[in-house]
Amino acid sequence: MGTVSEARSRQLVEAAGISVSPWASADDPDRAVEAAQGLGFPVAVKLNGDTVTHKTEGGLVRLGLASPDQVAEAAAELLTGASEGANLLVTQMVAGHRELIVGLVRDEGFGPCVMLGLGGVLAEAVADVAFRLAPLGVVDALDMIDDLGAQALLGPLRGEPALDRKATADLLVAIGTMADDPAVVAVDLNPVVVADGRPVAVDALVELSDGAQ
Amino acid sequence: MALDLRPLFEPKGVVITGVSAHPGKFGFVAFHNILACGYTGPVFAVGREEGTVLDRPVLASVDAVPDGAAELLVLCTPVAANTEIVRSAAARGVRAVFCAAGGYSEAGPDGAEAENQLVALADELGIVLAGPNGQGVVSTPVGLCAQIVAPFPTAGRIAVVSQSGNFVSSFLNYANQTGVGISRAVSAGNAAAIGVADYLEWFADDPETEVALCYLEGLADGRGFFERVREVTRRMPVVVVKGGTTVGGQRAAASHTGSLANDDQIFDGMARQAGLIRAANIESAFEAAATFATQPLPAGNRIVVLSTAGGWGVVTADAVTAHRDLDLTPLPTDLMATIDELVPPRWSRNNPVDLAGGETRDTIPAVLEATVAHPAVDVVIQLGLGIQGNTAALTRGGPFHPDHGLGRIVDFHEHQERRYAEAADSASRSHDKPVLVASELAVARPDNPLVQAVRESGRLCYPSADRAVVALGHLVRYADWRRRRP
Repeated sequence: MGTVSEARSRQLVEAAGISVSPWASADDPDRAVEAAQGLGFPVAVKLNGDTVTHKTEGGLVRLGLASPDQVAEAAAELLTGASEGANLLVTQMVAGHRELIVGLVRDEGFGPCVMLGLGGVLAEAVADVAFRLAPLGVVDALDMIDDLGAQALLGPLRGEPALDRKATADLLVAIGTMADDPAVVAVDLNPVVVADGRPVAVDALVELSDGAQ
Repeated sequence: MALDLRPLFEPKGVVITGVSAHPGKFGFVAFHNILACGYTGPVFAVGREEGTVLDRPVLASVDAVPDGAAELLVLCTPVAANTEIVRSAAARGVRAVFCAAGGYSEAGPDGAEAENQLVALADELGIVLAGPNGQGVVSTPVGLCAQIVAPFPTAGRIAVVSQSGNFVSSFLNYANQTGVGISRAVSAGNAAAIGVADYLEWFADDPETEVALCYLEGLADGRGFFERVREVTRRMPVVVVKGGTTVGGQRAAASHTGSLANDDQIFDGMARQAGLIRAANIESAFEAAATFATQPLPAGNRIVVLSTAGGWGVVTADAVTAHRDLDLTPLPTDLMATIDELVPPRWSRNNPVDLAGGETRDTIPAVLEATVAHPAVDVVIQLGLGIQGNTAALTRGGPFHPDHGLGRIVDFHEHQERRYAEAADSASRSHDKPVLVASELAVARPDNPLVQAVRESGRLCYPSADRAVVALGHLVRYADWRRRRP
């Protein structure tokens, strides 16, 4: 089994009804600039491919690019030395102080489980997470949000409105439905940025079982 | 469709095998306990040596049991003998087996094979098989104490099932300590044929049972357990305490979600989703179950703390405030006006209600009743009782009693304590709201008349306000879970 590219992951996640940051694929710097102009600045540009993992740690993500020149330069750098088959993913920057992690994992005993956590890319260190078994209903999903320890982070914060709990619950229910496909081994939406109260996945990673890729 | 465990918990007649004259042997102990605890059906001992044990005849074989005279077989015989015994017993009308004997799957591959054969035999014969390798089964409505250990519990409405037999005993010991009793109790043993979910399903339909209390260690089929218990909890609260929560830990995974998913957090999420009440330890699990067994479900989470004096109210208010599921509700103004009329103005005038020692002989019952009756109050915690009874105890034991007017004052104090406990019980019943009484005297002086009277009312006298708050949190959370899943 293995992870698939972010572009493929985003397609699978969107098919489940989950909001991701607006995005487009691009094969070269010129097309990346076109995509960025279509999406509106600022954008992020990332290297995209089935073998591209741990993008942040590997320096394969360029954030907050505000002009065509910056996009073209970042795109050219990312493609230099990139493995065969890799291309670029251009996505709108989504603004928000708070990040969540939302995921799906298959447990040996309990089967598919949905996870919600605080901290986004810091989630492992924050370790404030809640689980439910998939499929789950909206009532269970709302309970899950209540389970998180740092509730103060979910209220109005630094000029941003409170987390939209209904929209977040809908996201949790939706990721749970991805378990209906037996080929889906695990899903990471990390981070999910809370933008104007609403959760928007700005990165997605889907792991599929062997032969399903 | 739940398994029919009626022949296990309410058998018409019991047979025990492996009975010998040696009082240390399991067969003897089980036989003794069944005879000693009030079971009224016929009891048959089967053993290798002819003669009598406990003045009862010992039969040489289960074949000697009259046809249809016994429904439950308690096996205290070795593995090698049991297949034959079970087959003969079924032919005599036995419908349920509790296999106390060990030497099965816990003992290695040969034992596991014997266990599989025993399960297959029970299936073939159409009888229910509990255990093997369990301590026994208890059922207070029929006075049945078919176990190889003590105690026999006081009767009540908590049903216990445990994957560790010793925790059955722990829960039964707490029942006897507190007076909040047990309906059924069973040690699941190796749970070869009947697992925890099977017992819970039967308890949910059992008119003698109000709440189930269970100790879990491992679940062979976690998903199946979840699917079954989530149906049970819609009808009956189920309190669980889980052992082994720190074993396992994090796993290697390609995804962040996978690396964050440890066994305990998944179990915890499953428990919340299924409506299970998960207690942190054995003691709080019993107290949670005792609360479900003796208090009505609250309509909401608005808590009022009542206290006669001192810091009790303050620390309890802190505990309620710190609890995420509980709300220390502002005191309604009309209730404040009512209390104003009952006590001098130095009372706290907020929640916690601290009467500041201003009460007279009728004040406490009156404040309790007014508070519990108020529509903006869901639950009352009453503190600071038992003081008069404690004073009475010292006085009664001193050199001056009953002279100098002490006889009368001691009687008065003791009478007042009983009134308070009765007022709490009666307000709870008439308004169908939980009223929890807490005092360290519950353990420090169980002979205190307040503690005694709370016990006689059938309720738990909580040994501390903090423990009452923990139990209440479980009650409120479960009531909310039920309300949101009509």
